[in-house]
Amino acid sequence: MLTKLFKSSKTTSQTFNVLYLIFLLGGALHALKTFHSYMDIYEKVILFGSVGFFSWLGWSWSHFKKITILVFIISLFSIQLYKGVLINNEQVFLLKYLIASQPAIMWMNVFFVLSLLLYWIGLLTKNNFLDDIASSFTSVATLFGFIGLLVRWYESYLIGLDVGHIPISNLYEVFILFCLITSLLYLFYEEKLNTKKLGAFVLIIINAAVGFILWYTFDRQADGVQPLVPALQSYWMKIHVPANFIGYGSFSLAAMVSVAYLLSGKKILTSYLPKPAVLDDLIYKSIAIGFIFFTIATILGAIWAAEAWGGYWSWDPKETWALIVWLNYAAWLHYRIVKGLRGSILAWWALIGLIITTFAFLGVNMFLSGLHSYGEL
Amino acid sequence: MKSTTFNARKINQLLSSMSFAVSMLVFLGIASIIGTILKQNEPYENYIIKFGQFWFGYFEKIGLYDVYHSIWFLTILLFLVISTTLCISKNTPAILKDFLVFKDSLEEKSLLSFSHHLVIKNKKNVNVSKILNYLKQVKFKIKEKSKENGDILIVAKKGNYQRLGYILTHVGVVVICLGGLLDGNLTFKAQELLGYKKIETLDIPASKVPEVSRLSSDNTSFRANMTLVEGGSDNVAFVRMKDGYLVQDLPFKITLKDFRINHYSTGMPKSFESDLVISDPEFPQSIEKTISVNHPFTYKGIAIYQSDFQDGGTKLDIKLRSLFNSNAPQKIGGQIFEKVKLDKDQITYEFNDFRKFNILHLKEGEKEKPRNVGPSVTYKIRNNSGQAREYLSYQYAMEIDGRSFFITGMRETPQEEFKYLKVPADKKGSIDDFMLFKEALQNEALISAVAKKIANQSMNADKNDTVKESFENSVNKLMTLFAQGGFSSVSENLDRNIPPSEKEKAAQTYLKIIDIASVELYRNRFNFLGKELDQGRIKFIQDSLNAYSDMFFFGSPYYFELTNYEQKEASGLQLTKSPGQFWVYLGSLSLVLGIFSMIYLHERKFWLLIKAKGGVILALSSNRKNIDFESDYKKLTNDIRKIIQ
Repeated sequence: MLTKLFKSSKTTSQTFNVLYLIFLLGGALHALKTFHSYMDIYEKVILFGSVGFFSWLGWSWSHFKKITILVFIISLFSIQLYKGVLINNEQVFLLKYLIASQPAIMWMNVFFVLSLLLYWIGLLTKNNFLDDIASSFTSVATLFGFIGLLVRWYESYLIGLDVGHIPISNLYEVFILFCLITSLLYLFYEEKLNTKKLGAFVLIIINAAVGFILWYTFDRQADGVQPLVPALQSYWMKIHVPANFIGYGSFSLAAMVSVAYLLSGKKILTSYLPKPAVLDDLIYKSIAIGFIFFTIATILGAIWAAEAWGGYWSWDPKETWALIVWLNYAAWLHYRIVKGLRGSILAWWALIGLIITTFAFLGVNMFLSGLHSYGEL
Repeated sequence: MKSTTFNARKINQLLSSMSFAVSMLVFLGIASIIGTILKQNEPYENYIIKFGQFWFGYFEKIGLYDVYHSIWFLTILLFLVISTTLCISKNTPAILKDFLVFKDSLEEKSLLSFSHHLVIKNKKNVNVSKILNYLKQVKFKIKEKSKENGDILIVAKKGNYQRLGYILTHVGVVVICLGGLLDGNLTFKAQELLGYKKIETLDIPASKVPEVSRLSSDNTSFRANMTLVEGGSDNVAFVRMKDGYLVQDLPFKITLKDFRINHYSTGMPKSFESDLVISDPEFPQSIEKTISVNHPFTYKGIAIYQSDFQDGGTKLDIKLRSLFNSNAPQKIGGQIFEKVKLDKDQITYEFNDFRKFNILHLKEGEKEKPRNVGPSVTYKIRNNSGQAREYLSYQYAMEIDGRSFFITGMRETPQEEFKYLKVPADKKGSIDDFMLFKEALQNEALISAVAKKIANQSMNADKNDTVKESFENSVNKLMTLFAQGGFSSVSENLDRNIPPSEKEKAAQTYLKIIDIASVELYRNRFNFLGKELDQGRIKFIQDSLNAYSDMFFFGSPYYFELTNYEQKEASGLQLTKSPGQFWVYLGSLSLVLGIFSMIYLHERKFWLLIKAKGGVILALSSNRKNIDFESDYKKLTNDIRKIIQ
């Protein structure tokens, strides 16, 4: 009986997988049919490449499938409400307060802040129910964030056909991307390791980014869509930037889990947290993912640089710091894999790695000048 | 002899050790930081200013201005390559052997020595094919071997591409580094060291540059720049190096037909495009091609990029208005990159840059978008002793705080920020009213008349004439003082003549008198006698007084007014030949594949010994024992146990 139930759930999940693929393919084909005259061959490849990537992610992680479907449906609904007129984002009730780009991003911020609080209360009171709510809030925040970005993409075309571009071109936009990718990575491991205790730590770094987004919005008023400078007008941006942020997100996740690991080792919160061996393994896995994507991102960046600036490597500060980040984690992985080093040294190292990564991400823009001066503070 | 081989082995051991390789990684990282903190490849004057003549020399010797091409940096890279290569050669044979061979010679004893093994006792009649099927199902590669004593040993392994990952990553790193070296300037460095080549430091036409500073057109790798004026053409490019340059001869000629900048509606640049004609002496037909940022064109292995743009010698019509006398404005013609000498004033105007569009954010922090404020000219005024100030003049008035101003920036050295002179524009958007007002301030007769009038108005009739006269004199003196040096000369006068305790009060009185007198002067000059002035005019007078006062720090006897221009642009091209690019990309591919297989393939080796006498022994091993390994072991043993029972 039990096996039968198991089998039937397996077939439903397979049906679901197929439907998911059809859904994604349908969307991509529709986009191709409608906009093919505006797309070059690379953009078409990226479009169908992302169908592949999203299906693969969805097949290996069911939660992602649900989030993706909801994101696309709600975003399409939101776009319908615009009726092609930008000002509707302040006139249609649902848009203004919920699913226009800026409100959706604000809701993302709100849910991330709430998740942080709930995760901490859940951790300290050992209340699993609160953890569950916190976890779903994190999912909801992610949902809103992606809707915000997708609708922003659409909004940018309403501002001007020549202005429109994928919203990953300035600091405001990539900070949102950072929040979303970090939380997705976290949610994945939350499910896989079957523990919701680490949210309290991971949500700290996400909320730091939320703080930045809010400061950027309210103090600097830098949340507007800006047209792209010529160097950024390339299909490479669509893959270089996300790959980079999967790297940044994973490294941040590793560092935050390292904090938990170190506290646990110092007998603080030890009984509240998963076993050190689990944490240690998670630190390794997220650095490994980060390393792969960071490597790919840097290589893609080099190929792009060869096309835009005339050389695949110019020792521009951003490039050089990317190399430093890469070297740092390469050394980390050598010690972990080859030497079999474990424990608090690696955790401290992962934390230092985050500092180096943050400098490469933000510090370079703030203190050093170079070719990569797109996101100036 | 023996001791040298021993040493060589020791050195080999050190170089191929992982600790050495990792310290090279760390070393490289730290060395790279230096070049990001100190801006690289700046003109040498900047470094002299920054460090002083003394340190400049030392820092130059250690290659601090071009860290990434310095000998010591390349040495670190070389060591990284050597150490990685040695690591590869040391480990590859074992890895390949492991990849190809099934270890089927293991005996019972060695299986029992594995950390993860399981003994199932007294089990007979084991269904071997069922086990084989299961192992196949979980993606193992299998070899079955019957031993002489009737035992059956099943050897299974999977994920052994993981070990190939090791080779792929490390070969990738070496190939990338070598590809990079291929594109570096090592050949030139060697030639320079041997005296075959020399960097040219003089600013002379390319055709005059001697052979020793030229790179021939069959040079295998270079990264050079070339600036073409619209309509111009050239077959040489320049490689900037240290404090000079080299001339790179090209196998073809490039002509710039047109250069265009397209703008967004906000005024931001949207695209830079150059229409090029490439004439190759080997082919009669020339090639026409438009390049833009992100869309280079490659011809004969040389990639041509749109890298920047600059002025190509825009012609300017300029009106110079005297600031310190009432001479009529002087009209001069100028051209960017040219000079105009004013003999009478012993100064030379050097025109450096013209920009048609300037996107400025005038209200900081507020939500207003940056916008285009129109053309600007950058120029220097050099006096006879050779000293120069740099100026930045905008053609049109800009709106600041609801009022219109003509803005001119001035600085004495390139390190400084510009200080701005803000001259109020009149209602017609011209500078005429300010100039008239300025002349009025400098008109002694007019000042005396105004002083008299103020004295009459403000003193009651009953006051005697001497008091009145002395007040009139004071007003006259004060206004003359102001006319001669602005607020600063007034305040100097205060410092000299008034005791500190009364200074503040006196200053307030002075300012008030200047205000009243200026308003009266304005009425006088602009025909408002006896009328009240509106707020706009009062503001204009105040702004004019400030501008007038700042004029004395402006360092130029003239106000520079751009009246007309004829723009000519030049396109900056970058030309690169990079034979290493292919290798770098190939190495990158190998690197990525390698990292993937190293991290995501889990190597597992599994042995299952079915003893003829009964009993089964399982053992699982991996080169990396982590949580995943533990859970794999559990699953495997459980499953096999189920199959056997």
